[in-house]
Amino acid sequence: MCLAIPGRIIKKDTSTDGLTMAKVDFGGVIKDICIQWVDASPGDYVLAHAGVAITKVDENEALLTLQDFEKIGEYLDNMGKNEI
Amino acid sequence: MKYDKVFRNPDKVRQLSMAINRVCKHSWHIMEICGGQTHALAKYKIEELLPDKIRMIHGPGCPVCVTPVGIIDMALSLARRENVILVSFGDMMRVPGSKDDLLTVRAEGGDIRMVYSPLDALTIAQNNPNKEVVFFAIGFETTAPIHALTIEESYRRKITNFSLLTSLFLVPPAIYSLMRDKDCQLDGILAAGHVCSITGIEEYRNLALSQKVPVAITGFEPFDLLYGIYKCVLLLENKQYIVENAYSRAVTFEGNVKARQLMRKYFSLTNVEWRGLGTLPLSGLCIRDKYEQYDATKRFQLKTGHVKKERFCVSGEIMKGKMLPDTCIHFGKRCTPEHPLGAAMVSSEGVCSAFYRYKI
Amino acid sequence: MKYTQCSLPKSKYDRIILGHGGGGKLTQSLLSDLFFPAFANPFLNQQHDGAILPVHDGRLAYTTDSFVVDPLFFPGGNIGDLAINGTVNDLLCCGAIPRYLSAGFIIEEGLPFDILKKIISSMAKAAQEANVVIVTGDTKVVERGKCDKIFINTSGIGVVRPDTQISPLNAQPGDVVIVSGQIGAHGICILSTRDNLGFETTVKSDTASLVDIVENLLSGVPEVHVIRDPTRGGLSSTLNEIASTAHVSIELEEEQIPVSEAVCSACELLGLDPLYIANEGIMLFILPGKYAEEALQLIRNSPHGKNAAIIGQVIGDEKAELSMKTSFGRKRIIDMVSGEQLPRIC
Repeated sequence: MCLAIPGRIIKKDTSTDGLTMAKVDFGGVIKDICIQWVDASPGDYVLAHAGVAITKVDENEALLTLQDFEKIGEYLDNMGKNEI
Repeated sequence: MKYDKVFRNPDKVRQLSMAINRVCKHSWHIMEICGGQTHALAKYKIEELLPDKIRMIHGPGCPVCVTPVGIIDMALSLARRENVILVSFGDMMRVPGSKDDLLTVRAEGGDIRMVYSPLDALTIAQNNPNKEVVFFAIGFETTAPIHALTIEESYRRKITNFSLLTSLFLVPPAIYSLMRDKDCQLDGILAAGHVCSITGIEEYRNLALSQKVPVAITGFEPFDLLYGIYKCVLLLENKQYIVENAYSRAVTFEGNVKARQLMRKYFSLTNVEWRGLGTLPLSGLCIRDKYEQYDATKRFQLKTGHVKKERFCVSGEIMKGKMLPDTCIHFGKRCTPEHPLGAAMVSSEGVCSAFYRYKI
Repeated sequence: MKYTQCSLPKSKYDRIILGHGGGGKLTQSLLSDLFFPAFANPFLNQQHDGAILPVHDGRLAYTTDSFVVDPLFFPGGNIGDLAINGTVNDLLCCGAIPRYLSAGFIIEEGLPFDILKKIISSMAKAAQEANVVIVTGDTKVVERGKCDKIFINTSGIGVVRPDTQISPLNAQPGDVVIVSGQIGAHGICILSTRDNLGFETTVKSDTASLVDIVENLLSGVPEVHVIRDPTRGGLSSTLNEIASTAHVSIELEEEQIPVSEAVCSACELLGLDPLYIANEGIMLFILPGKYAEEALQLIRNSPHGKNAAIIGQVIGDEKAELSMKTSFGRKRIIDMVSGEQLPRIC
């Protein structure tokens, strides 16, 4: 229902007095995104939906998910061995 | 870090599919709520990677699909007015009301503009001070706060020619309603990751407990979808009626507090009609009376006209998992994306449309 | 009685006015100052009502296309080179050597003369690169609001190479599908300039005439069945058309389809699919599998074909479907685009 894609903050835009805006790089495509709901700095990844960053992408959590996945893999490997 | 690449890796996806096959012992019906996930499941043919025991039910989480015909008709009538610029997401352009769609009205001379962000509609309002600019504000909990932000920003910039025609829905009331139906065959739920980025997890914890249904908060990449399904199957097999956050890189327990505050400031709960499901109590949002100058229905005194019932459409049954799109006699015949008969065919996110497009 | 000095009509304007299309002196000056010098060639220089062309032995290919792109100027090109390249590429798709073009202009009054000059000089340059001559033309000027700045129509005549039989009907089982470059650049480039959807990107339109590629391919490979340029509707529409015309199915390999990262990202951002995005400088070739590698090398050795790839194959299947093997090894059907592809947020 809600298309949101991750992008990296290039720089914050301090020129406006209202919304906190930033230039965000989505894999070579750069768009002005409102980042006032997230506590993020240049270099951070945010998830942008309809022009607004709805959350910061937590790299640490991404790694934890991948680690958990590795464990599933190991578990499967072991199960495979037991079956033989 | 290239997230999309990692979470699209075919080897990882294959391994997860194997893992699901291993842990799944019983037959389960699992609903992905979000239309974006329906779309991704169809696009990547993920259901073919699942064991036969798992059947995916494609839920009502597409705001375009569930926006009732009456509101689309209001948008069309606004767009026909001389002094109005109607601004919309691209999604709504092709969705038919009782008779026409926005593309037709634009062809007839209506000033209709597509934007990527609601905030862009404010710029249009500022550049056209002699026109009334109305934004067709559809969405769920992810998009609603952005509409609220647009109202706030409009106030701050003292823009007086701007209002919203809202069609805003909340996910949990729809799930409760689906689950109350005794025919509904739903064992587990994949909660929509991006909605949860805003709402947090609490609401879903209550849902899991009270309805005895495991919930896996799930992302949108192929890996994320299978990882969510894997977690959900584990919970189902272990009879654990809890929430598992399978999208923790984008969803925190408390969600986006600032966004929710803003949403509450400008919107209040209301009964809304869901196309295909009917009117559900307190399942949507409307603009608070205090801010009624931003409410296009009040500003233009719009009334819902007579809307013919979509008596040929079985979208509601499909969303409850009682029917599959291709078991509907009109699917692909009288009902196609070009000529939809109802909710699930009108947007590319709708399950019938996804079925049709990717010939599941 | 007092005589007032009656001023002569202006002969120099910095904008196009209705009079430039009126057939009088202004029209003449537009032709002689701008069009004739830019497009000069023996046929046009006769300044006749039509061009008188020599008859060639064999077969002629004839095509027409109209160009209404907005904005007129975009990264990588403008409506002028687009109008030449589009028609040249259509002739190439017929297996022809492009020779003669006509150019018709419908201009909205008020178009700055400089803009027109730039467009015309781009056309002249593109024509020179494609080795074609503009032999006849027409200019009309319409009132403000009756057209959007400028519309251009070009028609083209080419001489079909002897012994080539190139037609969508010829796609047959055992053929491979080759694309000459990365897809989606033109459509994304145009979209990036849109007021309310715009974004910053390095993506440039791929507009180019692909004479080099087709020349290399047809002189090196004895059998080429189909050549098509996947413009509007993108790869998916063109291949769907071929499948239904030739009553064959086509199966693509998702991982083999060349798409630049920036085009991919823009598509993700706006919820679009690169398979449906317009191209103006790539070609699809369908030819027997036994020539696949040879053909690929010939295309890659051409200046515009460096990113060419074998992306799929033709299979004998009554269903006449276009399908794609996804990166997870599953097959899905690729439908024709219905109407314009709209950006989405859901």
